[in-house]
Amino acid sequence: MTTVIWIAVVLLLIGVYLSWTAGRLDRLHARIDAARAALDAQLLRRASATLELATSGVFDPASAMVLYQAAHAARRAPEDEREVAESELSQSLRAVLGSREQLTAVSEVPGGPEAVAELAAAVRRVPMARRFHNDAVRAARALRRHRKVRWFRLAGHAPFPMAFDMDDEAPEVLAAYGNGNGTGATAAFRS
Amino acid sequence: MRIGIVCPYSWDVPGGVQFHVRDLAEHLRRLGHTVSVLAPADDGTALPPYVVSAGRAMAVPYNGSVARLSFGPLSAARVRRWVHDGDFDVLHLHEPAAPSLALLTCWVARGPIVATFHTSNPRSRAMVAAYPILQPALEKISARIAVSEYARRTLVEHLGGDAVTIPNGVDVGFFAGAEPKAEWQGSTIGFIGRIDESRKGLAVLLRAFPQILERRPETRLLVAGRGDAEEAAGLLPAALRDRVEFLGMISDEDKARLLRSVDIYAAPNLGGESFGIILVEAMSAGAPVLASDLDAFSQVLDGGTAGELFPTGDADALAAAAAELLGDPARRAALRERAARHVLRFDWSTVGSDVLAVYETVTEGASTVAPDDRISPWARLWSRGG
Repeated sequence: MTTVIWIAVVLLLIGVYLSWTAGRLDRLHARIDAARAALDAQLLRRASATLELATSGVFDPASAMVLYQAAHAARRAPEDEREVAESELSQSLRAVLGSREQLTAVSEVPGGPEAVAELAAAVRRVPMARRFHNDAVRAARALRRHRKVRWFRLAGHAPFPMAFDMDDEAPEVLAAYGNGNGTGATAAFRS
Repeated sequence: MRIGIVCPYSWDVPGGVQFHVRDLAEHLRRLGHTVSVLAPADDGTALPPYVVSAGRAMAVPYNGSVARLSFGPLSAARVRRWVHDGDFDVLHLHEPAAPSLALLTCWVARGPIVATFHTSNPRSRAMVAAYPILQPALEKISARIAVSEYARRTLVEHLGGDAVTIPNGVDVGFFAGAEPKAEWQGSTIGFIGRIDESRKGLAVLLRAFPQILERRPETRLLVAGRGDAEEAAGLLPAALRDRVEFLGMISDEDKARLLRSVDIYAAPNLGGESFGIILVEAMSAGAPVLASDLDAFSQVLDGGTAGELFPTGDADALAAAAAELLGDPARRAALRERAARHVLRFDWSTVGSDVLAVYETVTEGASTVAPDDRISPWARLWSRGG
């Protein structure tokens, strides 16, 4: 009789442990969803700020076209082409906003400083949001590779999480523009 | 925004992390945010109104030194109550990988959690063994901040994943505006740090000092910091002892004035530094910096352009560089000018807005912080049972 009780206790403990692990995994998936939503919001914000700058008439037509195209493509890209489109937007921003003179010219027109500050804020937050997202993905993947999760299928039907891989390096002059706080100090202390 | 900050170390003991937490909390409060800091503190310590005591910290040997930490069921209950009563939008934990109050908070709370990793200990077997224990708590952190690129690298190496780099903040204006003191001026080299902690490298500076005097006989050395001055002076030939002045512990105001007065600030540290806030303070005050070429220092000095570097522990190199600098006012002026521009990125206005950007990134669309009911498998069992 005692053996039966012992077996029941052990099974109960295993069950509780597995259900706790499933809860852990559930929370990690929720963290990925939140981080992905935050990343999407910042990417969208960046593309919108770029579009606004491109159509404001402060750039020469060639620069404006490059920015407009890249931002438009980034906003419209289907899921599987998103990383490439966003990376291309980063490259375009670096190419167009490559010089301090360009930034000074933009800042002198009415509404220019606000538009640049908005873009600078978005450009600074994209790498942050991406790192937080990929960090969550890494944690979930580590747990999902564990035996207990695979054997008992604790992850259910949730897709295997994928990192968001893109070139998010900011144009240097924009990083130096600060966080929209107007100090002109360098906000970035990046790798 | 309602922000809860957890300081792992005793509020009544001065230290880098404590100062950082204090300055961050005060900066955020000035911007109009509601901030509550949870920190261990002895009963009867006078605390600022925004600090909540988590009870006394116990001295525990940890990682090669004695750490004063809070843990156990009583601390956990206090943390839980603080989290519950605070109704925070975001929690900001400091040093959560140490067995501390921050780790406890991570354990009992859920919601948007930001964590700053200050130290960069070399990878140890204990860390590797502790990893599975820490993991369920640490994986609740939505955003990690490392205080330097060096700290980020070690963090990634230890725990995997990634972090953003936001340096420690300094009130640049406070140091830049301090009044120099005449008696500390005129061919002086400054050193600030614990005298008896070999890691801070005072011995290297004292070994180099006779050589500096040979080339620049008018030089004086000003040493500020806790420790036995007699013992330290014993490292010098008796004839040179009057060239060194031990100032003991000095106030923040005097520290700023000292840094404003000296011709060189020397940082001969031997290791164990993940950031080097004192170098930023020295640069803010306009003191040309001469530092050992530790990874963290080289980073803070912008690869050696905002201050000079010498090979760590090499007294001869330190002496040569110091004598050179003392005899070259133009070079010192150039370093000052370069450093004044470089330190702006460490000013609280910049660092604070970066930290707030992190808070915004993790709180956008997320629920608020709340106590966690699923802290361990066994808690789950009890909560079901009763």
